[in-house]
Amino acid sequence: MNRGPLTPNPSPTRDEGSQWSGPILAAENLGRVLPGEVPVTLVQDVTLDIERGEFVAIMGPSGSGKSSLLYLLGLLDTPTSGRVWLDGRDTSRFGEDELAATRLENLGFVFQFHFLLAEFTVLDNVLLPMRRLGARPEEKARQRAADLLQQFGLGDQGHKRPHQLSGGQRQRVAIARALANDPPVVLADEPTGNLDSRASANVRQILHDLTRELGKTVVAVTHDLTFASAADRRIGIVDGLIAPDWRA
Amino acid sequence: MSIQFVIAVTHLVSRKRPTLVSLVGIALGVAFFLAVSSLMRGSERDFIKRLVDNSPHLTVYDEYRNPQPQPATLRWPDGAVELRRVKPLREVRGIRGHAQKLAFIESLPGLRAAPVLVGSVVLTFAGRSEGVTLNGIVPAKMKGVSTIEDKMTQGSLEALAAHPNGLIIGEGLARKFGLSLGGVVNAVSPAGESRALKVVGIFRTGNAGYDETQTFALLKRAQGLLDRPDRVNRFILQFDDPYVARDVASLIEARIGYKAVSWLEASEDLMSVLLVRNLIMYSVVSAILVVAAFGIYNTLSTIVMEKVHDIAILKSMGFHARDVRRIFLAEGVLLGLVGSLLGLGLGLGLMALLVQVEIKPPGATDIVHLPIYWGYDQYLLALGFAMVSAVGAAVLPARKAARVQPVTILRGMG
Repeated sequence: MNRGPLTPNPSPTRDEGSQWSGPILAAENLGRVLPGEVPVTLVQDVTLDIERGEFVAIMGPSGSGKSSLLYLLGLLDTPTSGRVWLDGRDTSRFGEDELAATRLENLGFVFQFHFLLAEFTVLDNVLLPMRRLGARPEEKARQRAADLLQQFGLGDQGHKRPHQLSGGQRQRVAIARALANDPPVVLADEPTGNLDSRASANVRQILHDLTRELGKTVVAVTHDLTFASAADRRIGIVDGLIAPDWRA
Repeated sequence: MSIQFVIAVTHLVSRKRPTLVSLVGIALGVAFFLAVSSLMRGSERDFIKRLVDNSPHLTVYDEYRNPQPQPATLRWPDGAVELRRVKPLREVRGIRGHAQKLAFIESLPGLRAAPVLVGSVVLTFAGRSEGVTLNGIVPAKMKGVSTIEDKMTQGSLEALAAHPNGLIIGEGLARKFGLSLGGVVNAVSPAGESRALKVVGIFRTGNAGYDETQTFALLKRAQGLLDRPDRVNRFILQFDDPYVARDVASLIEARIGYKAVSWLEASEDLMSVLLVRNLIMYSVVSAILVVAAFGIYNTLSTIVMEKVHDIAILKSMGFHARDVRRIFLAEGVLLGLVGSLLGLGLGLGLMALLVQVEIKPPGATDIVHLPIYWGYDQYLLALGFAMVSAVGAAVLPARKAARVQPVTILRGMG
């Protein structure tokens, strides 16, 4: 199906893909059905384009399929129909390894629960994706991790274990980790769901600044109206479908 | 150091108690493995030593393993005409050029060799006749290759050297004939030669058949009696390390052509019994390691269950399934390796204790020490078994971890 701006490059390699000026992330008739005796439809026929540098909030009632959509956009889940385009590349053709490699380089995740590794220091947690990618020498990776922590006001917390930090601090570490490999897209699943209002405001501001100052694309699933109001665009999801008129 | 390895180490270090239990399991397994193996292999060696030291480690016979090919066959290997009734050339039997061949054998390191002429004679004494085997020996060389000197109850090998007409017989034969030291017995050979020989020594090996049929005389005397001047038909060899006998046998056979039979070849049946015994022993002791492997399986499975969220986040971050698998396999390897090294130390300690144990079997006068084998092969074997068990135990948890679908875990949390 030819969707104008989504028409892939003739040979969509990464280098050429980086020159791709269309939407950084796009869903094309995306659907996800959980198989079983009674199949459950999580997402159906979602088509949307997300531009570079955009801050998008996905909203909807509980169980509406917002998180499922985010997992599909984040290449964590495989759609049962449709496809996801990332930076002009059709990811439906990717195998397990290529999907993992794409997540490592192009996508950063922030979840409601911070999911930091408890046995590692804050700095080591931020280092993890860089060490896995191996693109930076250890010294430079450490420097970058320290810089990221500094940027989020955690410059003096690097040596601590996650349990020694507050909820807001941990979420900021998670954002630093998501940015470690400098991915163009950051996907956040209820990033403020577990935080008090002050910490929420802080995280919201950080994610907002990412789009403005670093040109990152941020897609966040949220219940939080204040959070959503900071976004450039709000997409409503009800029963797995895009609901243009949805208001919380 | 790869990040997978770092995560593996962190998992183990942060779970001290289960890690320690797994390590102790493997360490005890390896230690018992070594203790039992060293004891069994030690007793095997002890047994073999007793067995082989009473007979030559290697015997070179004056015969060929395969019949010599006929000259006609060599000249026309594809010939169609068959020559019937071809017989080998008649010759006086014995090892040709034995002096040079013996010199070659003696030039090999770690062995002693003696020439022997073996033949049959009939001994007659006081109207009784008995067919026996006469061994013509050189007493000085015989001492190096046989324990016969230790078995002498009366007289000695030296007495034979001093008496050209001396004869050494076994206690069984002496009893049969009613002979004692100094008695003179008549020996008749198939060649028709006859000579009176004086008993200068009596031995007792404890093997009745041997004691009744074997006799020893000087080589020169035996050559004369059997009418085979300057001939010997056997070399018997004794090694510092009996286990090299098989290799040296093939070397000698390849070099001088005559059939060389090592004790390993001669007692093949016994060797296979010992092999079966070792197999049983090793399967029992490795069962300990299999049990220890369950400890590792348990620990790693628990880690996978506890760390399922970490695994999900690692995979969502971009870690491959094989990265995750490697983490847990590395944990198995680490537990196996560290456990084995601890076990090696513990095992050596146990062996050092066992070697000091003194036993006095009922009825015996000597104190016996437990025979302990210190060979390095059993350490490698223990290490190998431990590593296979440990890695084997890690395979299932590693596979389970690699299969974790991040979405399933994340959905559960949402």
